[in-house]
Amino acid sequence: MGVYILRRLLSTIAVMAMVGLFIFLLLHISSGDPAAIIAGDAATPQMIAEIHAKLGLDAPLPAQFAHWSMDVLHGDFGTSIFSGRPVLTLLLQRLPPTLSLSALTIVFSIVIAIGLGVAAAWRPGGGIDYFLTGFATLGFSVPVFVIGYFLVYLFAITLHWLPVQGYVPIHNGVLPWFTKLVLPSLTLSTGYIALIARITRGSMLEVLSEDYIRTAAAKGASTTAILLKHALKNAGVPILTIVGIGIAGLIGGVVITETVFDIPGVGRLTVDAINNRDYPIIQGVLIIFSGAYVLINLCVDLAYTLLDPQIRY
Amino acid sequence: MMSVDIPADSALIGPNRALRRFLRRNRLILAGGVILIILIAMAISGPRWVGDPLAPDPFARLQGPSSVFWLGTDNLGRDILARTVYGARVSLVVGLASAIVTILAGLLIGLATGLGHRFDAVAMRMMDGIMAIPTILLAIALVSLTRGGVNILVVAISIPQIPGVARLVRSVILTTRERPYVEAAFCAGASVVRVLRRHILPSTIAPLMVQSAYVCANAMLIEAGLSFLGAGVPPEIPSWGNMIAESRVYLSIVPWMAFAPGICLSTMILGVTLLGDGLRKFFDPRERAGR
Repeated sequence: MGVYILRRLLSTIAVMAMVGLFIFLLLHISSGDPAAIIAGDAATPQMIAEIHAKLGLDAPLPAQFAHWSMDVLHGDFGTSIFSGRPVLTLLLQRLPPTLSLSALTIVFSIVIAIGLGVAAAWRPGGGIDYFLTGFATLGFSVPVFVIGYFLVYLFAITLHWLPVQGYVPIHNGVLPWFTKLVLPSLTLSTGYIALIARITRGSMLEVLSEDYIRTAAAKGASTTAILLKHALKNAGVPILTIVGIGIAGLIGGVVITETVFDIPGVGRLTVDAINNRDYPIIQGVLIIFSGAYVLINLCVDLAYTLLDPQIRY
Repeated sequence: MMSVDIPADSALIGPNRALRRFLRRNRLILAGGVILIILIAMAISGPRWVGDPLAPDPFARLQGPSSVFWLGTDNLGRDILARTVYGARVSLVVGLASAIVTILAGLLIGLATGLGHRFDAVAMRMMDGIMAIPTILLAIALVSLTRGGVNILVVAISIPQIPGVARLVRSVILTTRERPYVEAAFCAGASVVRVLRRHILPSTIAPLMVQSAYVCANAMLIEAGLSFLGAGVPPEIPSWGNMIAESRVYLSIVPWMAFAPGICLSTMILGVTLLGDGLRKFFDPRERAGR
């Protein structure tokens, strides 16, 4: 067990090192000179030389990578070219809206998806099952921003039930915070729901055909007890896995959803950085989001042992 | 991508009936194929029946559907229908090109890692690293580093997807390599190249065909997402992503500006995904009963 956790931690560090190396090399491979990119289109040779000196770009690549990695590990992601402020400060400022949106999305997704998946597996071939099949196919095909605009048109512009866009911090009131975030979270969760619900259904169907389910039914357990207590608990591992893997898609969706709903989070920071060609910010966002993805999946892997006592390493 | 092996009994019943029988048995391929054929026909025949997608009409801005402009006009007075029809071209070209680049690169890396032990570990850890970076963010970073253009876009969309294909090819090769018939071929004196070409590569065709459909659908999604964020095709080329981005402010006045490209984009991706699902079921009959 301890050995497993240690091995898993080491492999996580290895993957993150690879991510770091890749992100570092991106800037050096795709353009001859990172300084030229950072200086922008109107750069003079003198400006480029200054940036060279400032960033230590004249050192050999491995030395630069070592230097850059140490900075990143100390929380120094460089400074934004556009605003001249530290990238980490900008990222931390924009984090609360993104975390609010992600948290609400994950809650919505898990509740709706597991409900749908369990109901569909209860009566395979029934109405809910067909609905889920159709919903999942659409959920994978319709892009996040199309869903977003459709929901805005329906619930905000036509029905006037919810606000069109914007964000209110949670300390200004939970209700305004929630109402502003309902549409964005539903938008973002559609694809995630489709993903989790399909896996839940498949995993539940497998478990429901086991002998102990028939035994539980024979001894008179209620349908609810069979589905939730006996089946869902044992179908949990694949569901948890897909919740972790799906986070990657969710992170990409956050960037787009924040743009659709004008939420001032990390996603919007990224889009502004694209327009300003503010490479240090893009680099910082890549590291933060990839790190979050890798860490979440590490937690998911470690959670297996709690969920399924049969898994021993 | 549309050509699919017709079952062996086709010799007995003639090609036309065999095709019909094949499609009847593979409804998903039929549905996906029909959707794609309609959209491809729309993209190719577009110039014959729609107007200029770029011509602005300052006197006809933000109009609702009419007999002249079937889906209305956008904020610059451009024909929404024409722009939507032309947008199909971007989606198809970028989707197909990215699928080809991804599959070829993935196949090469997969072959190299599956056959050669030397850089297997390093290459696969590198692939793990790329896979840990969220797809659309990696594509954004790649695009923003360069000066843009459709070629760069295709590369940027392909790179995040290559690791998946490479891993698939590698796993197929690792299992095929151990098969008795491969060993037998070597014993019979066949050269490495011959074994590779005759015995190992064919086993990658079916999974790669299925995967290419999914890669293509993904590429279309990423292209639309990037164009929506302003990091995709240049704004002067009408694409579904940048049309929807421009419709932001006008959603309450001319909803078609967002809905026409949105519906087409979703239908296109649905078509490609259905084709992929259909191919998967066709190649793996066990799937038919399951999930």
